[in-house]
Order: sequence, then structure tokens, then C-alpha cells
Amino acid sequence: MKQARSLRIRIFLVENGIILAFILLVVALTFSSEFFLTGPNIRNVLRQASINGLLAIGMTFVILTAGIDLSVGSVLAFGGMIAAIFASSSLGEQYPLYVALPMGLAAGAMLGMVNGSLVAFFRVPPFVVTLGMLSIARGLTLISSDGMPVSRLSPEYIYVGQGMVAGIPVPVLIFFGVLGLAWLLLYQTPFGRYVYAVGGNEEAARISGVNTRMVKFTVYAISGCLAALGGIILSARTTAGLPQAGVAYELDAIAAVVIGGTSLAGGQGRLFGTLIGVLIIAVVNNGLDLLGVSAYYQLTFKGAIIVAAVLLDSMRQR
Amino acid sequence: MTFPVGRSDVATSEAAMPPQSGLILDVQGISKRFPGVQALSDVSIQVRPGTVHALVGENGAGKSTLMKILIGWHRRDRGEITLKGQVVDFHEPKQALDAGISIIQQELSAIGDMSIAENLFLGREPRRAGAFIDYPGMNALAKDAMAELELDLDPWQKMKTLSVAQMQLVEIAKAISYEADIIIMDEPTSALGDREIEHLMASIRKLKARGTGIIYISHKLEEVFEIADEVTVLRDGHHIASMPTGETDRDGLIRLMIGREAKGFPKTNTPTTQPLLEVEQLTREGEFRDVSFTLHKGEILGVFGLMGAGKSELLNALFSVTRATSGSVTFQGKRLRARYPSQAMRNNMALITEDRKATGLILPMSVRDNMAISTLGRHTRFGFVSALGVGRVVSSMSRDLDVRMASPRQLVKFLSGGNQQKVVLGRWLLTKPSLLMLDEPTRGIDIGAKAEIYRFMSEFVDQGKGIVLASSELPEVLGMSDRILVMKAGRMAGILSREQASEEAVMQLAV
Ligand SMILES: Nc1ncnc2c1ncn2[C@@H]1O[C@H](COP(=O)(O)OP(=O)(O)O)[C@@H](O)[C@H]1O
Ligand SMILES: [Mg+2]
Repeated sequence: MKQARSLRIRIFLVENGIILAFILLVVALTFSSEFFLTGPNIRNVLRQASINGLLAIGMTFVILTAGIDLSVGSVLAFGGMIAAIFASSSLGEQYPLYVALPMGLAAGAMLGMVNGSLVAFFRVPPFVVTLGMLSIARGLTLISSDGMPVSRLSPEYIYVGQGMVAGIPVPVLIFFGVLGLAWLLLYQTPFGRYVYAVGGNEEAARISGVNTRMVKFTVYAISGCLAALGGIILSARTTAGLPQAGVAYELDAIAAVVIGGTSLAGGQGRLFGTLIGVLIIAVVNNGLDLLGVSAYYQLTFKGAIIVAAVLLDSMRQR
Repeated sequence: MTFPVGRSDVATSEAAMPPQSGLILDVQGISKRFPGVQALSDVSIQVRPGTVHALVGENGAGKSTLMKILIGWHRRDRGEITLKGQVVDFHEPKQALDAGISIIQQELSAIGDMSIAENLFLGREPRRAGAFIDYPGMNALAKDAMAELELDLDPWQKMKTLSVAQMQLVEIAKAISYEADIIIMDEPTSALGDREIEHLMASIRKLKARGTGIIYISHKLEEVFEIADEVTVLRDGHHIASMPTGETDRDGLIRLMIGREAKGFPKTNTPTTQPLLEVEQLTREGEFRDVSFTLHKGEILGVFGLMGAGKSELLNALFSVTRATSGSVTFQGKRLRARYPSQAMRNNMALITEDRKATGLILPMSVRDNMAISTLGRHTRFGFVSALGVGRVVSSMSRDLDVRMASPRQLVKFLSGGNQQKVVLGRWLLTKPSLLMLDEPTRGIDIGAKAEIYRFMSEFVDQGKGIVLASSELPEVLGMSDRILVMKAGRMAGILSREQASEEAVMQLAV
């Protein structure tokens, strides 16, 4: 009886080692910095986590199908830029939020669909397609803004990045809202099962009547759309659409997914793991800031965490 | 002959095409070419409702390809398919499913990280509120579908936790649960035990009574004669014959399949008395215990046991894939101290594993690369591999083993099971082993390739080498072994000499 209990605890720990690591991290930081566990700092961490979080959710869908999306950083910049252009007076008049927002999202989704069609219908390897898109989307951003920041955004637009509802930053609300929707989609609808099935065994999925191409197409569209949403939040927070926004953001997004235990080989992983991965990255950044560690060391340290997480995972597989 | 009721489209189309009545499926003149191989040439097959039509032929004869054309997986080059009186042309498996054709694939196609229920209902999940999966409903349906085959598993269980036999049963249950008009079963029993096969036969009879047409592909001719009404023989992509099963017999079918007279087991030589491999009290905690035997030069030792008896585990320990917890192994007079397979290999041992796809072959690589990969060192000069040298040994080995392929550059994944097995065999033979351990070497392999592998085994031990043959096919073990070690639940139940060994004597020990 007691033995069975301890075994179950052990299994839980192995399966959820990443959660344990996260808790330890939080405890350690609480003791080393009195500022860490305060309302303003928590709010700050979450606000920073929310943009990477949106990218990582999209990335989870893509990676579950055994794909990859390297273009999210650039697509983020493009979506944010398009929305900012509509929300500023660049086009002669300032469009309201309900125009600017959908325009930005549609721009991102469109680039995602281009990725998706090339991967799904033309069978170009995702790595190549999205590497190309990384460059294309950045170029489109520079073209559409003439390489200059787009500022003087409408106040309602800026609210999306800086506003608060009941003491919670709007980006955080958006992130958790999207997380909830993604959870529903992934675990409660057939589409979510198809995402796992395509990554787990594409041939079997197709024989079972699953439209595997449509599934692949859709995950890239989702990723593009969520990247644009991240871009909108970022431009609203910085009160300008910046042509160089989001450079190298794909790395943190992929890192969060991988730290969260999702297999790059597809078919295996959890959205909850991604959430933890996103939080770990945000807390590490924040904690190293609080401890006064230089940004150079931060980068090195973060890389080490990613490798350690994957190492942990491969040990668990054995 | 009548059609199953409840399908209005059948009635109308039947009226439109009266001469076709009596057939649920009429496949005419199908041809299909893959790069480098004509997989099918002008093949026809007809299925009547409520009957089982068996499709037999050696590996690579084109059976699976024909089925994949039927379900819209491959496109055909020529030919016409008439389903329930209507000419159909499927581009996607989904269209075939919707039109009433379901399939049990030859290759297990489970999605490991999804539950049994999710696998069973993939692509047609019961929903609530139009959008969300109805998990309780789906699990209940899954229970029902499994009960059809007397399979009692928790629908929530992840597919990867099942045994191979259970996975296969789940796939059978899945194909049946579509309530299709035509069910294709491509070697459904390759991983099943006798009891499970009986359950399958029982549900096939139920399906027949319901008017379902079944296409049944199997290498086990006993099954064909037990269940099939008609049989079609393919050889090298050609349609050889179709007839009622009553008008032929086992030998007749084999003759048609291989185009020559069938031979039995070619075991002829007698072993020497010089020991090659001495195993004493070998134990691996939790897997097997106190196994002792001596293998002599020139001997084939059969290892028989039911699933889970510990045969594969024993071979893995002998080859240092796993480490024995106690006991000793003496090989060619020297105490074996290998800790890794690579060391066992250097000691001239070879192990051909049970699952050639997962642990034997590198599927997206060519025949040549697969065969040469263990012995590249021999063809390397100054760090570079000599393509010429490799090409030569691979060609001669492929000829010795009669590997049927378009060229040595053909990717292994495009070969039939029997030829894939020969590639694995060829790779190990190039290492020049003096002890060969074979784990289920003929599983899923047709009679022709089987006979060739048996012949090869005989020649191998004739040279004073030794073979350990682990198999759950009793005729094979009885036919090929000089002695038989019977295992039961991880222990040695006994060793029988060729004279003592009979089907009954072995089974007595095994169960
Ligand atoms: N996808 C493919 N690409 C190329 N060749 C193939 C493919 N599938 C099967 N073949 C070849 O077609 C022939 C028939 O194979 P198959 O239909 O699998 O035979 P069977 O099911 O009767 O064993 C074989 O020579 C095989 O190598
Ligand atoms: Mg086949």
C-alpha cells in the first residue's frame, strides 16, 4: 500500500519533473530577492511571458504535427506593423481598433497560410518554408513601413498593450484567453486529435479518413495568426510598430515548447507543458535581471536550461 | 445473391447495370507501376456480398498494392473499379471509407500516444454540441467495438502500452466498426495467437451473415481454407488464378503461388559434438531464470515458447543488448565478457531481431547502404569508403540470398517483407558470424521467401557454424531444429532432441 504510493509519487515526479524544476526556481528566487514575489513583479513577469506565450501556443500546434515554424518572429513584426499602420494616421486617417486588430491578425494568418500551403500541399519541408518566410516577412515589414517606426497610435490601441483590467494586464488576459481556447481546440475537438494523429502517424491518420493536409495547413495558419496577435500586443506596449520587432523570438518560443516536454518528432506533448516552459523562461529572465546578472550571461544560462530540459526528457524516455 | 438492405443507392445503380448484379465489388484490369517495379499487371478480382475472398501470393506479389489502390491510397495506371454497381475513382482513403470500404492495414498503424478509443474513432469522433468530442460516448462505443472480438481493455489506455497482438485486435475492431460493405483484411493475424484468431474467425462469420464482403489476405493457408469462399492467387503482380476454395487444396495453392512444387524443411546435416556456445544458469531478473544449454558446431537449436515466455529476452542477453544478472556464457571456448552488442558482434555473433522495421533496417536508406553498414570498415582506405568494394560484396550477397529488388540503390522501405528480411540477413552475414541468432525470422514472410531462408540456414550450419532459432511457429521449430529448448514463463521447461520432439511433446512443456 505504502509502497504503491511512493511508486506513484516517483512516477509523478518523473513525469512532471519540469513542474518541480519550476517550483524550485520560484522558491530559490523568492529567497534570493525580496522583490521577486511581489505583485508588481509578478505582473511584470506575466506581461513579458504573454507574447512569447502566444508564439509558443502556435508553435505547440505546429511541433505536434512534427513541423516547425521559424518565421514567427518576423510574422509577429509584420502583423504588428500592419495593425499599427491602421491604428496610426499613416493611411490618412486613424482606423478604430475593430479594424486595425483584424487587419493585423489577417496579415499574420495569411503569411501562416502561405507556410501551410507550401508544407501541406506542395510538401516542402517546414524548416525550409518557414526559414524562407522568416526573411520574406521581415522584408514585407520593412517595405510596408519604409523601414521606419510607425508611431502615434490611437489610445484604444495602446490599451491592448498597456491597459489593466482588475489589476491584471490586458496582454496577460489575452494570453490566458487564447490558452483556454487552444486547450479546448486541442483536447476537446476532433481537430485537436488530428493534430496529434498527424504527428504520431500521418499515414494511419490519412487511412482513417483524416484530411491530413488540411490539418497541417491549419496549424501554420494558427501559428501565423497568434504571432500577429503577439506583434499587435508588442507594438501597443511599445506604442509603435517597429520594423525590427521580434528578431529571434522564434528561439524562445521553440525553447518553451521543448522545455515543456513536447517532442520535436511530433505526436507527443502537452499544452500545459508549454505553459510551464513559457513561465520558466520568463522567470529565468526576470530572476537574472533581479540578481543583476549581465545580459550576456543570461543568454548563456538560458541556452543551458534548454539543453538541460531536453536532456531530462531523453532520460525520462529511457 | 442479394445486397445488404438499407442502401438505396444500391438499388438504383443495380437497375442501371443489371449484368453486374451479384457482385459488390468488381475490379478489372488494374495495372500499377512504381519506379523500377511493375507492381501489378492487369489484375482483376470480384467479391460477392456475404463472402470471403482470399488473396494469396508471395511477398511482393502485389496484394497490398492492389488493396491500397482500392482505398484510394495509390493511383492506378489502368483498370476500372466498380463498387455496388457504380464505377468509382477514389483519390483519398476518406472517399473509400465514405463509400463503404474499410481496411485493416498490413503494417500496424496505431498512434501510440493516443488512447484506444481515440484510435478507434479517429476521423469520426462522436460529438456533442456539434464541435466537441463526446469522450464518454466514444469510450462506450469503443468498449462495444472491442467486445466484438472479446477484447476487454480500458478505452482510455494509451495505444503504446498495448502488446502487438492487442494493437492488432484494436485495428481489426476498428475496421469492423465502420460497418462497411467491404472490409479488407491485409494479414490481420500476423501477431495473433490461436485464441485471438478464433475470435476473429467468429466475427468474420457474423459479418458474412450480415452480407459484408471481405477480402482476406494471409500467408497462413489454414486460415484461407477455414474461412474463404473464393481465392485469388497473384504472382509477381500477375493474376494467376481465381477459384472457389473448395476446388483446390493447400499444395495446389502453393504451387500456383510460387510456380513450382513446394518443399518441406531442408534440414539434413547432423551436428558435431564440439561445443560452440555454452550457457550456464543464465538469469536476468524479471525476464528469465537459470537457462543452461550447449550449442554444438553445426547445430540448430530451436527455442520455443508462447508469447511472453522470454525467448527474445534470452537472445537479447546473449547478444549483450541487455545484461544478464547472473550466470555465464562461454563462446568458442572463451568466457564471453561482452557488454555491448558491438562487442558481441566483434566476437562473431549476430542477432536478427524480431521487429525488422524498428530495430533491423534503416528504411529510408538503400539496400546497399543497409547491407554494408556494419562492415564499412573493411572497405575503407585512408578514411574513405570504396564504393566499388561495397558494391561488389553487396551485389554478390544479394545474389546469394536472391533479394528481389530493382537495384541495390532501391530504398529498403519499398521492398516486400521477405526481401527486407533478406537484406537484414545479408548485413549480418557480411560480418562473417559463427553464431547466428534468429528471432522470429519468418514472421510475415511468404512461403517462397521462407523456404529460401530455411535453405540458407541449413547451408550456414553445414559450414560448422551454429544457429539459435527462436520462433513461435511450431512447424518451423520442429522442422528446422536439431534440438528444441522449450521455455515457459521465463524458465527452461526442457530440451527435446529431434527424435523426442513432436508437436504434442513441445506443447506439453510450453503450456
Ligand atoms: N510505395 C511503393 N513504392 C515503390 N514500390 C513499391 C511501393 N509499395 C510496394 N512496392 C513494390 O511493389 C511490389 C508489390 O508489393 P506489395 O503490394 O507490398 O506486395 P505484397 O503485399 O503482395 O507482399 C513489390 O515489389 C514492392 O517492392
Ligand atoms: Mg503486403
